[in-house]
Amino acid sequence: MIAVLGLLVGAAVGLLLEPTVPSVLQPYLPIAVVAALDALFGGLRALLDGTFNDRVFLVSFLSNVVVAALIVFLGDQLGVGTQLSTAVVVVLGIRIFSNAAAIRRHLFRA
Amino acid sequence: MTPDHRKDAPSPHGPPTPTVASSWRTVARALRPRLSRAQLTAGVLSALLGFALVVQVQANRDVGLAGLRQDELVRILDEVTQRSDELEREAADLRRERSELVTGSDTQRAAQEAAEERAVVQGILAGTLPAEGPGIELTLTEPQGKIPAHVLYNVLEELRNAGAEAIQLNDVRVTASTYVIETEDGVEVDGRVLEAPYRWRVIGDPGTLTTALDIPGGALASVRNASGRTNVTTPDLVEVEAIKEARVPEHATPVPPESTD
Repeated sequence: MIAVLGLLVGAAVGLLLEPTVPSVLQPYLPIAVVAALDALFGGLRALLDGTFNDRVFLVSFLSNVVVAALIVFLGDQLGVGTQLSTAVVVVLGIRIFSNAAAIRRHLFRA
Repeated sequence: MTPDHRKDAPSPHGPPTPTVASSWRTVARALRPRLSRAQLTAGVLSALLGFALVVQVQANRDVGLAGLRQDELVRILDEVTQRSDELEREAADLRRERSELVTGSDTQRAAQEAAEERAVVQGILAGTLPAEGPGIELTLTEPQGKIPAHVLYNVLEELRNAGAEAIQLNDVRVTASTYVIETEDGVEVDGRVLEAPYRWRVIGDPGTLTTALDIPGGALASVRNASGRTNVTTPDLVEVEAIKEARVPEHATPVPPESTD
């Protein structure tokens, strides 16, 4: 409940403040968001598996975000930033899909 | 989080498989607001995610070229440059084509005008076009006795010598191929028998024409000798409206122009 509320509150704050993304963060924010989404779905799956642990969730959330940003940063330095962001998005997308599938099996047996 | 123990399939190894009902129960339990550390952590992280999501979506909505990477900008610049080069080339081609067309149509129009002018000149000379202009009208009457053909031919020759450009005798157009012969019925001109009075309509310089006709012992004198009467007037505008069908040459063809190189 608090998680859902937190999501809504965060979105409302973002809408109200309308902050501009610092140009340093601009290439990394979308990847970080996708990584966080992945962590969120992973946490939901763990909850349904009965193995949810808040510490694990916290660490996986932050490390996902940081690692994703790091990979993109590294790619930018190597001159393959675009390709590497695509790769990261593809991998995270696959993970999100598999997590969503697991959650679906838990909740609907289908 | 104790799973429901009415399991669908008992599994001796690994965690017990939760049923649908227990899964929903888990979700319901998680949704119940409780101030536990896990809930707080999830809430804070979710708030972070929601915030970042909205910010990114909004930044993406009004992003122009500013949010692009350097290599993407370079690629776009390359594309734009290339495209503008292509368009430039195409515009140059079209301009050249247009100027060619304009020149071509000018040349064609000049050629057509020249051809039309030539057609008019030759139409007047060949008698296929009606003509008008300054000139004289000459009427020959024969109150007593006939005017013989050779006298009429004499008049015609005199008119030609005086520079007549278009001649009509009664309703016959007189051209280079016109003949005048004596027949039993009368004077025949180009296959038509003509009767007096003979009315000549002549386009040319009126002064030259009248002077030429009036020479002592000349054309008009010979008409008078043949007991004919002559009457010359110089109206402002002489109209030669009789025309002659042009015959297409059967044997003669134009000499091909010599190449000038």
